[in-house]
Amino acid sequence: MIRKIVDSLDAAVADIGDGARIMFGGFGGAGFPNNLIQALSRKDVKNITAISNNCGTREGELGIMFKNGQVSHVIASFPGPHANYFQDRYANGEVTCELVPQGILCERLRAAAAGLLGFYTGVGVGTEVASGKEERIIDGQRCILEKPIHADFALIKAHKADELGNLTYRLAARNFNPIMAMAAEKTIVEVDEIVSIGAIEPENVITPAIFVHRIVQAKGLRYAG
Amino acid sequence: MPDKPRLAREQIAQRAALELTDGAFVNLGWGIPNLIADFLPKGLTIYFHSENGILGMGRRARTGEEDFDLVDAMKVPVTLVPGASFFHQADAHLMTRGGHLDFAVLGGFQVSEKGDLANWKIPGSKGSGGIGGAMDIATGTKNLIVCMEHNAKDGSPKIVKNCTYPLTALECVRTIVTDLAVMDVTKEGVLLREVAPGWTSDEVQALSEAKLIVHGIVPQMKFA
Repeated sequence: MIRKIVDSLDAAVADIGDGARIMFGGFGGAGFPNNLIQALSRKDVKNITAISNNCGTREGELGIMFKNGQVSHVIASFPGPHANYFQDRYANGEVTCELVPQGILCERLRAAAAGLLGFYTGVGVGTEVASGKEERIIDGQRCILEKPIHADFALIKAHKADELGNLTYRLAARNFNPIMAMAAEKTIVEVDEIVSIGAIEPENVITPAIFVHRIVQAKGLRYAG
Repeated sequence: MPDKPRLAREQIAQRAALELTDGAFVNLGWGIPNLIADFLPKGLTIYFHSENGILGMGRRARTGEEDFDLVDAMKVPVTLVPGASFFHQADAHLMTRGGHLDFAVLGGFQVSEKGDLANWKIPGSKGSGGIGGAMDIATGTKNLIVCMEHNAKDGSPKIVKNCTYPLTALECVRTIVTDLAVMDVTKEGVLLREVAPGWTSDEVQALSEAKLIVHGIVPQMKFA
């Protein structure tokens, strides 16, 4: 069996290099892979493309990555008024940003996961979001073409993993995590608890192990969230 | 312009709550819409949807019972009602965009006479701005209610012929509840259904840019 469990956060992100495209799970303070983000912020990687609903809360969540100047491009739905390190660098032209409607962000991730090359939607028609996109009429309805968003890595947070990589989530900390787990080339998950194979009932698995490549236990650490 | 009292934000929410129907699945946006949960008529059961993957969101958590894995879209710790469920963000927006919700209530900067909505960005504002779930919700929801003040802080009308602010979605608004009126967007234009206590239809028209459709004497708003 391939061993997916890694012993440290630093080892979990060791092969992430300059220019990587990375998805980060989390929403509303819940379900952020805060320990993995801290490990990445300790590493000398730059020019990251970050794909995430928002851009951190001051130094928290993704904020530290912007404080350090490690991110050059963002694909986000709601960067957020409290993402001050992002907003400062955005204002200075040090970070570029593509704003995507939240549900369309989800579906573009899902398209990447599902091997779809795009989809048409009415969301964004007649708005700034439609700029530069193919527009057509299907069954009398205006719609625009949206393309998948791919990434090299997804950093996500789950509640439990078994040793194979099957995942469960707590409450509303699920949010973007299962979608990103399916969409990226490599998915790295921090969890509260690692359990033996079979300890999670098959019908309770939310993310099947096929989508998970690396597991690190992070409960009790400073940024356990 | 008449310098008469307008409705408080809470009264706008209270009036908008009367538009909801028993057993409905409803998403509430930021601002005035978020106040609606506090003003539900007695006997009405509503299942609140949150775009981070909750159906059946209950009241805000009290001090000591907060769980920060259970928050609403504004990061506020909440509780659940019996029958609640969790799902991921893509399914949460499948519900909004796919037309599965019975109602959504959003805030607004401008609504046009065709029902176009602008509610995500003020022209010339600093920073990146943020769309969030507004475009998916506005595009997909069958019964979209907008709650807002009738006029901007500088007095300019927010019921307009054409939106000049960045658009959220085209021809999406069904009903508008403001501090002066309740209006429905119809094929013919914006119909003035009710006016706030003490206001006349002519006065409300004078504070609107779009031409309001008026049938006879417009009744005053009721709150219960």
